[in-house]
Amino acid sequence: MLESLNPVSSCKKYSISLWQCPQFLFVVMGIVIILAIIVTYSLAVLKIGDPTIVSLVVLVVGAFLLIMNFTITNSFEKMAEVSKLKSEFIHIISHQLRAPLTNIKFSLDFLTSTKMTQTKEQQEEYYDILRENSTRMGDLIDNLLTVARIESGSFPLTKTEVSLERIAQKLIEKFKPFALASNVKIMLFSADHSLKVLADSLWIEQVMENFIDNAVKYTKGGGEINIKIYKKGNKVFYEVHDNGVGILKRDQVFIFEKFFRSANSLRKQTEGTGLGLHIAKKIIEKMGGKIGFSSQENKGSKFWFNLPTKKDV
Amino acid sequence: MSKKILLVEDESALQKSLGDTLREDGFEVISALDGETGERLAKSEKPDLIILDLILPQKNGLEVFQSLKNDELTRKIPVVVLTNLERIEHVEKALEMGAKTYLIKANYTLKEILVKIKNVIEDDLKEKNKG
Repeated sequence: MLESLNPVSSCKKYSISLWQCPQFLFVVMGIVIILAIIVTYSLAVLKIGDPTIVSLVVLVVGAFLLIMNFTITNSFEKMAEVSKLKSEFIHIISHQLRAPLTNIKFSLDFLTSTKMTQTKEQQEEYYDILRENSTRMGDLIDNLLTVARIESGSFPLTKTEVSLERIAQKLIEKFKPFALASNVKIMLFSADHSLKVLADSLWIEQVMENFIDNAVKYTKGGGEINIKIYKKGNKVFYEVHDNGVGILKRDQVFIFEKFFRSANSLRKQTEGTGLGLHIAKKIIEKMGGKIGFSSQENKGSKFWFNLPTKKDV
Repeated sequence: MSKKILLVEDESALQKSLGDTLREDGFEVISALDGETGERLAKSEKPDLIILDLILPQKNGLEVFQSLKNDELTRKIPVVVLTNLERIEHVEKALEMGAKTYLIKANYTLKEILVKIKNVIEDDLKEKNKG
């Protein structure tokens, strides 16, 4: 009960700054109004001979109140905007969860209602669908939780010295079967084996994996992926080049947006949660680096990030 | 002669479960995993019914629908929209374009979808016999 009367704590709850928080601004307004009345009254009583000063004070106080009002209205607008985005977000999540859920539902429907006896192989195909789609839902939920953690700020990073080259080698090994199946060759170019960055090794691995995963996914029917690691200034760069399908020009602005889907909302990306690159951007920025890409339709894409090198002792 | 159904749907899992259900019931099923292929197969195979998802790679369902309606050869093929999009503007648009039914995947079982599809084919037959 008392908690709700404390404007500072309730403003923290909405994670907006104090001067944008309606509760706090209302308290300030109240104090200003009371003060204004007292000051104006005492001035009028004490300096009754000088009405110019009295009216000047009234004008200043009036102007202050006007600005305050404007700020409050503005912050309400912002909150309404945020709430609109949130419902849009929920709409998209529900839709993203529904697709695998429908697959699971229909597979169970078929397995339980079919009149013909299924061979073991036929059944196995349906079990694969069930397995695949529950993983898909699980991945989406994992990603959503990561986004929520990033947005609320409760996102601990433990920075250590990390060799990007070593992680890249590990990832290439991991992607080998997948790359082989898609007829894609992955090559690593790294001149300086001693290069190290300051980063959280777990998260940086996730970002690096996301780049390679995208590159393989969008290099359909065979191609080449080149991973380059090099130092420029006091930054270490990690680049993934592919000669895949590329990204449409009109879609490029949205590439790091949450749940980005191409300009036409009815035209879906191939499978994926639409959160990978959004998370990557947040992680890299949080570790003090930069992220970017360049792409040409039907020619391929290049995704890169950089991170500060480890401080030389 | 068994009826031919074109299933335009990019989720391979759904292609399988719905496809198997239809085949088990004696239908011939042709699959298209994207909009462009769907449109091409509709024109070359002349199915008795098209089941169309709206979210499709390359060419979305409404675009495919529009071009089927513009073509004299495919204009009369009944179309059933089967999707998870339930925004009123999509439903209205699809019905306005002449969709026989608009089914939201999450709300129906395979059996119910099968019944709806059979009804549409039956109605279409009656219509043809009248004309």
